[in-house]
Amino acid sequence: MHKSKSKVVVIDYGVGNTISVFNAIRFLGYNVKISRSENEIDNADALVMPGVGAFKEAIDNIKSLNLKSILDKNALQSGKPVLGICVGMQLMASFSEENGKHDGLAWIPGEVKRITPQNLSVPHVGWNEVIARFDKDDLFSNAISETPNFYWDHGYHYDCDDKYKLAVGYYGMEITAAVKKDNIYGVQFHPEKSQTNGLRLLRSFFNNFKIV
Amino acid sequence: MLKKRIIATLTVLDGIVVQSIGFKKYLPVGRPSVAVEFLNKWGIDEIVLTDISARRNQKNPSYETYKALSSKCYVPLAIGGGITSIEQIRCLLNSGADKVCINSYAIEHPEFITEAAEIFGDQCIIVAIDCQLGKDGNYYVFNHLTRRLTEILAIDWAKEAAKNGAGELFINSVDQDGAGTGFDIELNRMISDIVGIPVIACGGVGKPDHFLDVMTKTNVAAAAAGNYFHFTEHSVNTTKSYLKDKGVNVRLETFASYINNGISENNRLKKLDDEYLEHLLYEKILKEII
Repeated sequence: MHKSKSKVVVIDYGVGNTISVFNAIRFLGYNVKISRSENEIDNADALVMPGVGAFKEAIDNIKSLNLKSILDKNALQSGKPVLGICVGMQLMASFSEENGKHDGLAWIPGEVKRITPQNLSVPHVGWNEVIARFDKDDLFSNAISETPNFYWDHGYHYDCDDKYKLAVGYYGMEITAAVKKDNIYGVQFHPEKSQTNGLRLLRSFFNNFKIV
Repeated sequence: MLKKRIIATLTVLDGIVVQSIGFKKYLPVGRPSVAVEFLNKWGIDEIVLTDISARRNQKNPSYETYKALSSKCYVPLAIGGGITSIEQIRCLLNSGADKVCINSYAIEHPEFITEAAEIFGDQCIIVAIDCQLGKDGNYYVFNHLTRRLTEILAIDWAKEAAKNGAGELFINSVDQDGAGTGFDIELNRMISDIVGIPVIACGGVGKPDHFLDVMTKTNVAAAAAGNYFHFTEHSVNTTKSYLKDKGVNVRLETFASYINNGISENNRLKKLDDEYLEHLLYEKILKEII
């Protein structure tokens, strides 16, 4: 019997650049949908939480749209592969210090803190290298170089234990580039906006979980 | 290390990309979607699209157009022109923009920058400043709606915009616009030395050396050009190849990188050895598969 295509859902919580993420995943040929419906999220094989936006607005929307329990159920109990991008990754932290202290989803222990590179401008905007620390193939099996460049655009980063830091970048200081805990992944940079390097990362992530 | 960004600006007038000269004269170039697709393939680092007719015509941004063109854009896309509300920013982000560019409305309502940055994050908000040299030798903010110089000093407004929460400044020089004689180095140095947020220099590129100039003589994080990129095939990769060869830290990861070609000062490929060209006839070049 012909196996049906996997379903990828890009979670819509109102402040993400959902359509850019959707475009990139669709370009790669996946069956992808933008949604905030419980039914569609429950039926998905993989979830992507997009970025752009301030932390507070994102977490407030998640709560007011009653998405928190739905996301917890899918990420923690069902153990679906989840990829957070930028703010979508920061949401996974215990709390964030952006514009006051706000609780996150607390999926991967860590705090979102302002980056403080010496003599460099903040936010950190532009193309910078990403260096994988462990489980390299999870996200970089298709990468074209050892330290591929990705597009970053952020003023805060995920401060967490080294055991969750799958990859790092350098901008006057060490910056968390990617986090991982079990089935949950997050990247601070924007794969959907990193040209072929970004498309290659998304391909690696989906391949790693046999999403077709 | 963070790369210096090469940005393409697309100036859109009534739905068509135009060449802008001195903020006065506009020559048609073509459809925005085609320009975006090509720039993307040529390895541009970012695209800034400005609809210069939107605010004047008091229209909403053209969301449907942006939705269509952004579906082929896998680099950051900033969209500006006609933005006067938070709701419009939300719609733009939902139509494929990654950042927005605010110009005249921010001058009228500086607190709007703060409001927008609090909702969408400061990384999302670019404040564009059109600058012109005044008779007294200072740079002033140019108001494109009234087509007059304001009494606001460019440096003061740059500092205030940064303080109010702008994530980046897009500094456009009215005098250099479309001139092809190089960036206004003084203006960009002055602003990039003082604001503490990334500055994008724009206006005046005619050859790759102009990028080299602004990137080595000032602290700008990025340099942008519009007209310069439009009429030459692979103009982005060749420019980057030229800059990389001169030691500028740019991103050059496209399949056609021209890194060993040699690029002339006019951004033309140097002629290669006949023997090498003959050898190329028999070389199999694989298609990139992601």
